[in-house]
Amino acid sequence: MTDPVQDPVRFIDERTAGAALLRRGLRYLFPDHWSFLLGEVALYSFIVLIGTGIYLALFFDPSTAKTVYHGPYTPLDGQTMSAAFKSVVDISFAYKAGLLIRQTHHWAADVFVASMVIHLTRVFFTGAFRKPRELTWIIGLLMLFTAFLEGYLGYSLVDDLLSGMGLAIGYGVGLSIPVIGGPMTLSLFGAPFPGKPELWSRMYIAHVLLIPILLAVLITIHLALVMARHHTQFRQSRRHTERRIVGVPLFPGQTPRSLALVFFVAAVLFLLGGLVQINPIWQWGPFEPWLGTNGAQPDWYLGWLIGALRLMPSFDLTIGHFTLVPNPFWGGALFPLVVLGLLAAFPWIERRLTGDRTTHNLLDRPRDAPNRTAFGVAFLTWVFLIFAFGAADRIFVLLGLSYNTQLYIFRIGIWVVPLALFFGVRRVCRELQASDRIEEVREQAEHEAEEDRGAVAGAPAQPAG
Amino acid sequence: MRPWRWLVALLTLLTGRLFRRRSSDGSGGDEQRIVPEGPPERRAENLVLVLLGIAVLFAIGFVVTYAEFGVSKLPNELLGITLGGCLLFIALALTVVGRGLVVTEELDEDYPQEHPEEQREIAEMVHESGSRITRKRLLISAGAATGGALGLAALTPALSIGPVWDTGPLDRTPWRHGVRLVDEQGHPISAGDVEEQTFYTAFPEGSNPEEIGSSLVLIRVDTTKLKLPEGRASWAPEGILAYSKICTHAGCAVALYRKPTFPVLEPQDALVCPCHYSTFDPFTGGTVTYGPAGRPLPQLPLEIDADGNLRAAGNFSQRVGPSWWNVRSRPTND
Repeated sequence: MTDPVQDPVRFIDERTAGAALLRRGLRYLFPDHWSFLLGEVALYSFIVLIGTGIYLALFFDPSTAKTVYHGPYTPLDGQTMSAAFKSVVDISFAYKAGLLIRQTHHWAADVFVASMVIHLTRVFFTGAFRKPRELTWIIGLLMLFTAFLEGYLGYSLVDDLLSGMGLAIGYGVGLSIPVIGGPMTLSLFGAPFPGKPELWSRMYIAHVLLIPILLAVLITIHLALVMARHHTQFRQSRRHTERRIVGVPLFPGQTPRSLALVFFVAAVLFLLGGLVQINPIWQWGPFEPWLGTNGAQPDWYLGWLIGALRLMPSFDLTIGHFTLVPNPFWGGALFPLVVLGLLAAFPWIERRLTGDRTTHNLLDRPRDAPNRTAFGVAFLTWVFLIFAFGAADRIFVLLGLSYNTQLYIFRIGIWVVPLALFFGVRRVCRELQASDRIEEVREQAEHEAEEDRGAVAGAPAQPAG
Repeated sequence: MRPWRWLVALLTLLTGRLFRRRSSDGSGGDEQRIVPEGPPERRAENLVLVLLGIAVLFAIGFVVTYAEFGVSKLPNELLGITLGGCLLFIALALTVVGRGLVVTEELDEDYPQEHPEEQREIAEMVHESGSRITRKRLLISAGAATGGALGLAALTPALSIGPVWDTGPLDRTPWRHGVRLVDEQGHPISAGDVEEQTFYTAFPEGSNPEEIGSSLVLIRVDTTKLKLPEGRASWAPEGILAYSKICTHAGCAVALYRKPTFPVLEPQDALVCPCHYSTFDPFTGGTVTYGPAGRPLPQLPLEIDADGNLRAAGNFSQRVGPSWWNVRSRPTND
């Protein structure tokens, strides 16, 4: 008798001896909590990025060769531009569905990074990064920062006015790195800005091959590490303990849920790509080093860097006439490195401060760790305020609050507000903990009162355990 | 004879049914199943079928939209709605499957434990593996040195990507004494055409305008307001000033000219970079008056030739573009 499932399984197992592993994998347990889906959203955005990216690579021309545009978008007719820019204008206007795929790719990149950041905050505030999952945390951080670079390269390749300004800033930040900045940046660009034509070959191979492979490897390690140690879980019932995990098995329970999320993420991204315009490069026009425009903003995930560059007071570190550290280093390089370093070291910092070296499978609620939660809120607020200042020129246009006033408010606010929040949040956490304890005592007392009444009524006491 | 045959046939059928039912009862018991049984849900099944049907319609709609419209008239919104709608209804169908059709079990199992025995054994294996080697440290050093040498050799071709330690290209600009200023179309710029209260972009004649040291901002100011640094008295003939257009902060173009609309109250004319709002004072030789830039905007000395056109009277006052290690102590421009 043939069985349409067992026969192919037997075929595979006879050739790989993998049935035991697959059997276990299909019953891998997923704890049931919505916040565990945030990482999955990032993963599925990445899949959409790969798919749409392959399509775009069929049309994109990574070349700075000058060409004159004659195409369907008449306002640019007769303009001299790079072949790279022209090919992206053509993707948007001269190929059917090209604009949909291009906009979906751009939206997917924004959602990819956004879901990673939200996932990171969830992991941080629940203490999921603690032993034994510190490596998963580090890999996740590396992925996030690799994604920043990948996104930056992606929109820089287009060679429109905004991306050219962004590339110039990248060049300036690169040059500002002490000692090695000049030679390193000059080598990468091949020549002083805007660099040699080879720069485009280098950015292209990095954007479409090297970094995607790096991201895919990091994702694989990240998921392998998660599965090796199993998911963390909230203390939702008495069954959830440090030693036993409670959850829905991958098959059949979790499979349709995750598949539904794949399609839901893809649906939202394609709807955004179709309905909400993003990066209309034909309005910016081609880039030349002597051109710039007011009100330029990068993609959201680089907003914190432009904010830091703008907030920094005019200050180069020099000894006499010798320049040690030019200004863009502080906001453009040191600031993100401090953020990355602090987050990466946090599991060990917390361990040193609390002396807690044990293994944790149960998650904290934010109130369970008042110091961590308070630090997290303060730290995120610090980064967010710097991010917000990156839009100070837009805030001026919207609210009329002068750029200069904002500059001074923010220069003080980015230190004062997080500090105040640290103490405020810690206090709220402690009070929530206290009310939890009162609630516990009350419940216990009610429980005991119930038992007493039972005993009085003459029911035989149950043996303990 | 006939009725008897009928009877046998009926009995066989009945016993067969009974046996089948009994055997199915035996294998269907909850103890032997892996995935527990759940009640059928005809309504959920119907809903899934409807949702999948709608998804198919959207997919067809996408194909039809693609085929029906010409490339210039193709509505991107319709493409997005049809493809996104198809994906959305598949997601909804899968949600119904997950919530209503698939058995949802909540199981528990032990978290994986550490393996102290294996840890110890691995360490022991490694320690014991070198029992025949007497000069362990020497061999390990030799191995490490070979690895390092091979790594160095493998990295050597990477040196071809750039000038590596030579930062000389950062110092060079196309400006020399006598080079004519031209506009974007390559036409020489006559001093008489440069007006006050606005700014112009200029390039060196015959050079690549894209080079970072090429582009200039050109303005004319009232000579009585000029407070140029010492030694630059002759750099601004008729009050015409030229500065590098590349910001010394992060390399964007200094593309904004701040012109006071009510000079009594507002700050005076300035050159502003829109990236991080570094602001430079053209009257005092490009000094930074606001924003993060650390160095003044480099000034180019100008002269007016016999035809009345603007020419460079030398190279910039200092290095052009964003700063780097030791930028201020580079040898002086020629």
